[in-house]
Amino acid sequence: MRLTGTGLASERGGRLIFEDVGFDLADGELLAITGPNGAGKSTLLRIVAGLLPATEGRVAAAPATDGPLYTFMHYLGHRDGLKGSLTVRENLVFWQKTADSDGGIDVLDALERVRLLHAVDMPAAFLSAGMRRRVAIARLLVVRRPIWLLDEPTSALDARSETELGELIAEHLGGGGLVLAATHLKLPVPVTKTLRLGSAP
Amino acid sequence: MKAFLAIVRQTITVSFRSGGGPLVGLIFFLSVVIVVPFGVGPDLNLLARIGPAIIWIGALLSTLLGLDRLFQDDRDDGSLDQIQLAGIPLELVVLAKAVGHWIATGLPLVVAAPIFALLLNLSPAALGILVLTLLIGTPALTLIGVIGGALMVAIRRGGMLVAVLVLPFAIPVLIFGVMSISAVILGPASSFGLPFMLLCATTLLALVVGPVAGAGAIRAARE
Repeated sequence: MRLTGTGLASERGGRLIFEDVGFDLADGELLAITGPNGAGKSTLLRIVAGLLPATEGRVAAAPATDGPLYTFMHYLGHRDGLKGSLTVRENLVFWQKTADSDGGIDVLDALERVRLLHAVDMPAAFLSAGMRRRVAIARLLVVRRPIWLLDEPTSALDARSETELGELIAEHLGGGGLVLAATHLKLPVPVTKTLRLGSAP
Repeated sequence: MKAFLAIVRQTITVSFRSGGGPLVGLIFFLSVVIVVPFGVGPDLNLLARIGPAIIWIGALLSTLLGLDRLFQDDRDDGSLDQIQLAGIPLELVVLAKAVGHWIATGLPLVVAAPIFALLLNLSPAALGILVLTLLIGTPALTLIGVIGGALMVAIRRGGMLVAVLVLPFAIPVLIFGVMSISAVILGPASSFGLPFMLLCATTLLALVVGPVAGAGAIRAARE
């Protein structure tokens, strides 16, 4: 699969955040979107995910996907999508059921990968920020989708979890996946391409 | 279908686990029903006559509880983003949320209504009709209400605003619901069939308009 964005522009609240932004990503490639705060990194990811309309430009896949493009994407945002009153297992099973997945791994296996097997029956409200983020990462595993959109994926993670996230991303890329990661930190994996937003160095 | 049921179930579970769910709505319903006899005085005939209306107003007001948070919570915790990427049409998501919300908050009202109606001196014959009209009418209230709930995704404050937006549109349901019961109480002077069928029609209309308008409101919030 090849994912391209051409001539993307975003204007929000009368402010032009970025314009004429493009990218071209093939299987197994990782695009790091960098830039200072407010440069539009998260906005760009949300546009790619279809959660925000682009003021101009378009995102397309080649060959054309069977069904909406967003059903091939995972979005890992600042807000993790976990229901505090549901247990970790219930949260993951819910996403597995709603996102008609084929070939995602088992919930328990995914939790083992993020070292949260002990918290499987704990309500998500009792988890720390880093643990919540790891559950959100486990969601990427229980539902199999080729494109990962990661917004500051390493935030709240400790050094060990960061390395492990790097391994998961590398595995995903190795399996022919595509990753777009917005970050102002160093990613724990080798970056294929970089897209710099904003004027600051 | 699996996704639809998963959303219904999740909505019910979350409603029961956080904030007491149906219990708050029931107690509010009971409060409304109890307050009126104190207000109008101990006139049993009068109570029996206005009883259906009081029950219906109580049900309407309790249905509004919790609607403001129905989608705002999902927006705040990020579930709304995730559900939009899930691949299930947004209209079905809204419908599933409405079904779940009704089962958690509307159905208990229907079940409790005949018990509360005893406080208002309603005749046994009217009780059956009351439950029937509520069973058909409260889904309409919820389905109209989810439009207001979905609008709260864009408007970043909730509370009474949902009630102000939704109440006017719930008036037809109230009219047809109360008219159906009045037919039984007041005797052959008024007919049961016509208002009851109009009530059914309103529910069917809300079943279509609610999910579509709700999904539209959520889409419009993607600014």
